[in-house]
Amino acid sequence: MNLNATLIGELIAFTVFVLFCMKYVWPPLNGAIEARQKKIEDGLAATDKAEQELEVARKQAAEQLKEAKAQAADIVEQAKKRAALIVDEETTRGQQEREKIIAQGHSEIESERSRVSEELRKQVATLSVVGAERILEREINQAAHSDIVEKLVAEL
Amino acid sequence: MAAEELTLSSHIQHHLTNAKMCSTDAGLAFNKACADSGFWTWHVDTLAWSIGLGLIFLWIFRSAAKKSTTGVPGKFQCFIEMIVEFVGDNVRDTYHGNSKLIAPLALTIFVWVFLMNLMDLIPVDFLPAFAGFVGETAFGMDSHDVYMKIVPTTDINLTAALAIGVLILMIGYSIRIKGIGGFIAELTLHPFSSNNKVAMIFLIPCNLLLETIALVAKPFSLALRLFGNLYAGEMIFILIGAIGLMQLPLHFIWAVFHILVIVLQAFVFMMLTIVYLSMASAKDSH
Repeated sequence: MNLNATLIGELIAFTVFVLFCMKYVWPPLNGAIEARQKKIEDGLAATDKAEQELEVARKQAAEQLKEAKAQAADIVEQAKKRAALIVDEETTRGQQEREKIIAQGHSEIESERSRVSEELRKQVATLSVVGAERILEREINQAAHSDIVEKLVAEL
Repeated sequence: MAAEELTLSSHIQHHLTNAKMCSTDAGLAFNKACADSGFWTWHVDTLAWSIGLGLIFLWIFRSAAKKSTTGVPGKFQCFIEMIVEFVGDNVRDTYHGNSKLIAPLALTIFVWVFLMNLMDLIPVDFLPAFAGFVGETAFGMDSHDVYMKIVPTTDINLTAALAIGVLILMIGYSIRIKGIGGFIAELTLHPFSSNNKVAMIFLIPCNLLLETIALVAKPFSLALRLFGNLYAGEMIFILIGAIGLMQLPLHFIWAVFHILVIVLQAFVFMMLTIVYLSMASAKDSH
């Protein structure tokens, strides 16, 4: 156990090592660690914030969806009402149309019938006159008896 | 029997002797020629190994520092940052002042002492035998005259140098924080104090004696603890290495146990340095 000049050498070496470490080793390493810690901290904070924002957005979306659904239901309801109204209107209109057409048909039929019966009457008159003519050809003067025939025609 | 004992003890002696260098009238002299050169002897093996290991430490950490990014660190950077953070946490927990020096100082002490202690795990005969072989073939020396102690922390000069460095810092911090008057007051006015001025004159020398002892005991214990642990460990390795084939299991067991000692002693030296400096910086240490 002998102390000697080695002590001085080691003391100088120790000092130099510590100074070098203090100047060129510790600050960059510690700085990098601290900077990364800061970065991670910020990242975590940002994640939290984003999560909150996402929650808010989700709520908003749900609300909007609900609103849209209500609106859609409203619209459907309105459309249904409208459709029912249209159907009603159309039904009424159809009904009226039908009645009109039927009435028209009736009147046409009526006029046709009256026309036909007129025709028939005329023909029957003619026929009866012809018949009567045939029957009475010989004895009855057409001119003398035409007033009777006319009376007959009018009675038909 | 006597001859064998002689060789065994000389073998151990050989292992425990540093390579010396000194300057004499005839120029540089080595080893046995330096037997009575007194203080101005240099242990070249201690110096070379310790400075080499210190440079390795600085080189590794400097290269990590140069490549350090704040992004995703690589495995190497992670490992280095793990050590830096471990030391940084210990410093923050213990030293509450604001100092740019303490943390790098603690890191240097921890890693450097660890690397020097680690040399203890290299089998005791490898490097001395290799050095002997080189000395014999390259320089024509007797291989018994080539000394090589590869664990610098088994040299009291190194541990004492570290402890003296810490002592200087302790005094420096005391004076910086408390002022020179505060430092002297701390040495002289405690632990005994009296309101009577005459009594105080008699108490001051007692206080000075006690406090100086207390102050000097700290670096003493630092230096001797590290030196003693590593020296004893080295001694056991040498003894185990001298007993033939049976050394293999024993060597393994002792080496495994020694891994603990190596890390622990480096850690203890670092921790006590921080504690002493934090005590020196505290305004009310009594």
